[in-house]
Amino acid sequence: MRTIKSIQQKVLNTERLTVQESLALFREGNLYDLGFLADIARRKKHPDPVVTYVIDRNINYTDICISACKFCAFYKGPEDAEGSVISFEDLKRKIEETQELGGTQILLQGGLHPDKQLEFYEDMLQFIKATGIHIHGFSPPEICHFAKISGLSVAGVIDRLRKAGLDSIPGGGAEILSDRVRQLTAPKKCSADEWIEVMRQAHLLGIKTTATMMFGHVETEEERLEHLLRVRDLQDETGGFTAFIPWPFQPDNTAFSDIPKATAHTYLKMLAWSRIVLDNVPNIQASWVTQGPKIAQVSLFFGANDFGSTMIEENVVAAAGIKFRLSEAAIRGLIEDAGFVPQQRTMDYTFVTSG
Amino acid sequence: MDSIVKNAGLGDILEKVHDGERLSAADGIRLFETPNLLAVGYLANIVRERQNGNNAYFIYNQHINYSNICTNLCKFCAFGKDRDSDLAYEMSVEDVRAKVRERLSEPITEIHMVGGIHPDLPYSYYTELLKAIKAERPDVHIQAFTCVEIAHLAEISGLGINGVLEDLKKAGLGSIPGGGAEVFSPRIRKLTCEKKLSGSDWLEVAKTAHRVNLFTNATMLYGHIETIEERVEHLDMLRRAQDETGGFLAFIPLAFHPQNTELAKLSRTSGVDDLKNIAVARCMLDNFPHIKAYWVMIGQKLSQIALSFGADDVDGTVKEEIITHMAGAETEQAMSREQLLRLIREAGRIPIERDTLYNVINSY
Repeated sequence: MRTIKSIQQKVLNTERLTVQESLALFREGNLYDLGFLADIARRKKHPDPVVTYVIDRNINYTDICISACKFCAFYKGPEDAEGSVISFEDLKRKIEETQELGGTQILLQGGLHPDKQLEFYEDMLQFIKATGIHIHGFSPPEICHFAKISGLSVAGVIDRLRKAGLDSIPGGGAEILSDRVRQLTAPKKCSADEWIEVMRQAHLLGIKTTATMMFGHVETEEERLEHLLRVRDLQDETGGFTAFIPWPFQPDNTAFSDIPKATAHTYLKMLAWSRIVLDNVPNIQASWVTQGPKIAQVSLFFGANDFGSTMIEENVVAAAGIKFRLSEAAIRGLIEDAGFVPQQRTMDYTFVTSG
Repeated sequence: MDSIVKNAGLGDILEKVHDGERLSAADGIRLFETPNLLAVGYLANIVRERQNGNNAYFIYNQHINYSNICTNLCKFCAFGKDRDSDLAYEMSVEDVRAKVRERLSEPITEIHMVGGIHPDLPYSYYTELLKAIKAERPDVHIQAFTCVEIAHLAEISGLGINGVLEDLKKAGLGSIPGGGAEVFSPRIRKLTCEKKLSGSDWLEVAKTAHRVNLFTNATMLYGHIETIEERVEHLDMLRRAQDETGGFLAFIPLAFHPQNTELAKLSRTSGVDDLKNIAVARCMLDNFPHIKAYWVMIGQKLSQIALSFGADDVDGTVKEEIITHMAGAETEQAMSREQLLRLIREAGRIPIERDTLYNVINSY
């Protein structure tokens, strides 16, 4: 109890928590200890009662992937005849639909395709850029993969992609930034150090990124904290993360389908913990795609100040059997009902003014 | 944490909650209106932990809806159908008996059975239903017939409320569910369910049941056209009735589901409103032993969070829930005991399997 009280005081004073304090807060704190503190931390960073969201669409350029992560229900192995690569016509149609709905960006991600060369991705970026839409694309495992196939450095790859039209990098593929966990779940994916290095190089090149975390599989509480601290450390160094997005592992249709799904209680605690520990990351996103509209709305009281994206299209979580859908109007309604002002934003959290 | 609640402007209510002092209707309205969801939940959690400690109850039950044919046709209901409707159905006593028999291998302790206000099923049908269930499963507790149905049965049997309750008890009725309360306000009833038993008559049936030693539950259907004041008035009326008889076991706020109802233009309730209804009810209904977060209505995820916002019960395994699903509920129709245990444990509570009257069957 004494520990929790002193931790509360530190958060109220905007002081950074130590590793021991952070762990104690998660282990001993109840939903209110975490929720109240996360809400205070959030309101210190965002005094205005605004909740932001972005209108975008997830476009998965391929589901063919050589990574074969055990927690993934989306990928197809290279030998699987069902795997496909998107055509430029489909790409064009999807972007036009997005823009017609007021969308400002696309989230462009795909599997680690064994054969496509860097030029293919550059062509794709240039083709998309002609539409003028913001391209939030290629998570660190993809960038590492491109470096491998091209023989270029990570910085070299990012620079080439940027010149071809890449605007920002999504924080996917972080999973848990601990190599023990990565060995058990995704041994072929880039290491924790490599993931961080991609983000460092991106930030140094002036490219903003987000960071994600997929928890609730084989990781320990210490490893969750290790993940948060790696993000916090890099943010101290570069300041290039715009947002952090934690969500629980969705086991259906994956090799880990016997692992029970983390519950909403754990999600809200994890979300609140992220807000408190990540004192240098401005925005924390609610994950309505995995939690549904009710818990996503409630998460606005547990540290989240952003509702994420309208996700006109989403395929990866849907492949794990989760199919929540929300329109822009529905998202705005949920935000208002919770007592906040909804505000459309872009990737870098600039407000989009209507008209 | 108390200081945060005080900063939210709820210091006086916090004091009352700490002292176990009854909240006024004005307090209830303030709790509904405050934007600080966590502060309201925190207050409710104090009451919840004082009354029920760390326990979270669930029951292994079976739902049976014997017929959806109904003469009331309330505007918020997607279940009730005119007898000429293609969607109308009616189970025979044999059908109900078969439903019970189908699941004899499961450790079901309660059968929850409600239906519409049927225009011409004879009174004997209802007593036969009870007897048939008891014949198949002698030890099961039958929680059946809302106060609205009881009033209807009193009329068609000519036995009066008291008489029909005694008679149904003899046939096997164990307790009465909380449905049909909706919102007691005459304004709301006139606009949404004109033909239904009035609010004060609903309370009379409940109190009469309590006097013949039948426990009942109470509900409130929120999230349609009612005002905050009408919600609080509803809670206050329940609290006064409970002061008189002490026969209510649980209060169950029911989230309105608009799809396929005459009020389909309204939107669904939000997570924040669902939690507030549970939390404010827990704070106001100081004489109700239990507050239930019915997962069929608000989803498994939110019902788990509700265990920290005043609720101490998540209902049960249910199976074949029809009424809410006809109104577009996207929740599952059943939960396994393992799912329930996990949900409760991850919320930091102790799972307690109970019978209808909250006797402990098993503590996990």
